[in-house]
Amino acid sequence: MLSHILKRLGHTVLVIIGISIISFVFLQLSGDPVGLMLPQDATSQQIEELRHKLGLDDPVIFQYLRFAGNALQGDLGRSLFSNEPVAGLILERLPATVELAFFSMAFALVIALPIGIVSALKRGTIIDTASMILALFGLSMPHFWLGIMMIMLFSVQLGWLPTSGRGSFLHIIMPAAAMGISMVALFARLTRSTMLEVLGQDYVRTARAKGLPGYLVIGKHALKNAMIPVITMIGMEFGLLLGGAVIIETVFAWPGVGRLIVQAIMDRDYPVVQGAVMLLAMVFVMVNLLVDLAYGWLDPNVSLQGESK
Amino acid sequence: MTMNAGPPLLEIDRLSIDAVSAGRQVRLVDEVSLNLQAGQVLGLVGESGCGKSLLSYSILRLLEPGLRIAGGNIRLEGKSLTDLSERKIRAIRGNEISMIFQEPLTALNPVFTVGDQVAEVFRTHRGMSKAEARRKAVDALAEVGVPSPEIRVTQYPADLSGGMRQRVMIAMALACRPKVLIADEPTTALDATIQAQILELMRGLQRNFGTAIIFISHDLGVVAEVADRVAVLYCGRVVEEAPVAELFQNPRHPYTRGLMRAVPQPDAEVMPAILHEIKGNVPRPGHLPGGCRFHPRCPIARDICTTSDPQRIKVGADHHVACWEATDAH
Repeated sequence: MLSHILKRLGHTVLVIIGISIISFVFLQLSGDPVGLMLPQDATSQQIEELRHKLGLDDPVIFQYLRFAGNALQGDLGRSLFSNEPVAGLILERLPATVELAFFSMAFALVIALPIGIVSALKRGTIIDTASMILALFGLSMPHFWLGIMMIMLFSVQLGWLPTSGRGSFLHIIMPAAAMGISMVALFARLTRSTMLEVLGQDYVRTARAKGLPGYLVIGKHALKNAMIPVITMIGMEFGLLLGGAVIIETVFAWPGVGRLIVQAIMDRDYPVVQGAVMLLAMVFVMVNLLVDLAYGWLDPNVSLQGESK
Repeated sequence: MTMNAGPPLLEIDRLSIDAVSAGRQVRLVDEVSLNLQAGQVLGLVGESGCGKSLLSYSILRLLEPGLRIAGGNIRLEGKSLTDLSERKIRAIRGNEISMIFQEPLTALNPVFTVGDQVAEVFRTHRGMSKAEARRKAVDALAEVGVPSPEIRVTQYPADLSGGMRQRVMIAMALACRPKVLIADEPTTALDATIQAQILELMRGLQRNFGTAIIFISHDLGVVAEVADRVAVLYCGRVVEEAPVAELFQNPRHPYTRGLMRAVPQPDAEVMPAILHEIKGNVPRPGHLPGGCRFHPRCPIARDICTTSDPQRIKVGADHHVACWEATDAH
């Protein structure tokens, strides 16, 4: 198991290096921030001076190595506009984004898994059809609209929940629900279909033939097998949650990384964009590392193959 | 083995099984009656689709959704199994009657250790603690000839060979010393040497524990090695039933004879140039021919066979057959 973990960690490091190169190169291609930083009537000499000061006149490879070297020491440069350290700007906001992603996922799974399991067990009945339609309903509603509706109902009309901001647990309920609800359909359908497949397997019949009670046949023998694809999907969706929270962060004034990135892109504040992309990518890669390890725990054959190679 | 010794241990009494889909019913097993005496091995033979597996699953009420027992009864020591509550039938499964299956790889759960899967039976039916059940699982694996069982219990099915997996299945099935073991093609997926070892193991365990076995196979050669009695199924019906020696010496149904000719005879003086096959295919359920179900494929079919279904008659001591040829001869 240890060698499996080490091997996966090695992969993770390679992936992070790759991400840093790609995000660096693409930002280089996207244009020169100097034009935006200086007034329109700046002379070409002033432009050259600023480019030199920022190190933009060095060859790209040097720029990358300087960036990577500094990044290893925790220095992601400074914002071109506010002149604040990028790492600080992002780390201040990253916990909020991760927290929101985590609770959205938890919200989705708490609803989706029981729906998926029950639909599979009651396949073809009214319960199955109704819950699948309900789940699809959640998928079809745009989450910004859902967020606004929730604010109107729970904050304005009923006064139960705060409209915006981050603080107590009450603050996170609506944004997490608004983001999570679209994933309910996805996970409910995935759970249903993998569960159906697993329920038809010989080992489920064996478990029944042994005289095991239903909760063990379903909750142990079937569920552990059915969770393997679900866990994989959790890892992938988590990435979307990290990067795609911009709209919900805006609707609920949630102080996350999403809004920071969008603003930085508008300003061509490339150290901020690059730093944020790097850190989000790292969180995503770490989550997928955890998913990989969970996968190895769920399916012993995976980790065994990893070890024997 | 003495026949007809007292009341049967397991009695299948005019059992019918239907497939129900979209309001249409198709009869797959049609009024089959079979008796299993304590300590006896009953072979159930037929081509795939003849209903032999369905029959065996219905005993423990493990039929898949869409299949149901449409009539008749199954009794264990006189006690009906068909109308037991789910909880009571569960207490019988794996305890008084247990099953092993054709494909030991897929029949074992890939994500739990072998030890866990065997121990579960003790925990469920004997209420043992985890540690106690684990110790018993090691013993159970040792009994079926799994080498170094204390290591094997920590391994997953994928780490074991096919033969070892089937031994694990047998250990699991015999853990609670059931009265009846249903073996659904237990050696079909194994290669010939392993097949022989598993058959030897089953015979040994059957002698030691006195377990009665229903042994299902499409292979008469395998059945001949283990069974005391054989029932031949065709299209959901028993067409011939006899003690194993009697059946092989004096097969009366043309289908039984066809099956025998389809078995390679290694000790035959002259190997036949070609292995015989029974011409034609098994008719699909719901599209059965009128009269005797076997007549379109039967080499000795006559007019009466196309119009009228032969009754099951007694043609010898404990030898029954359903064929017009045999009826006329008596």
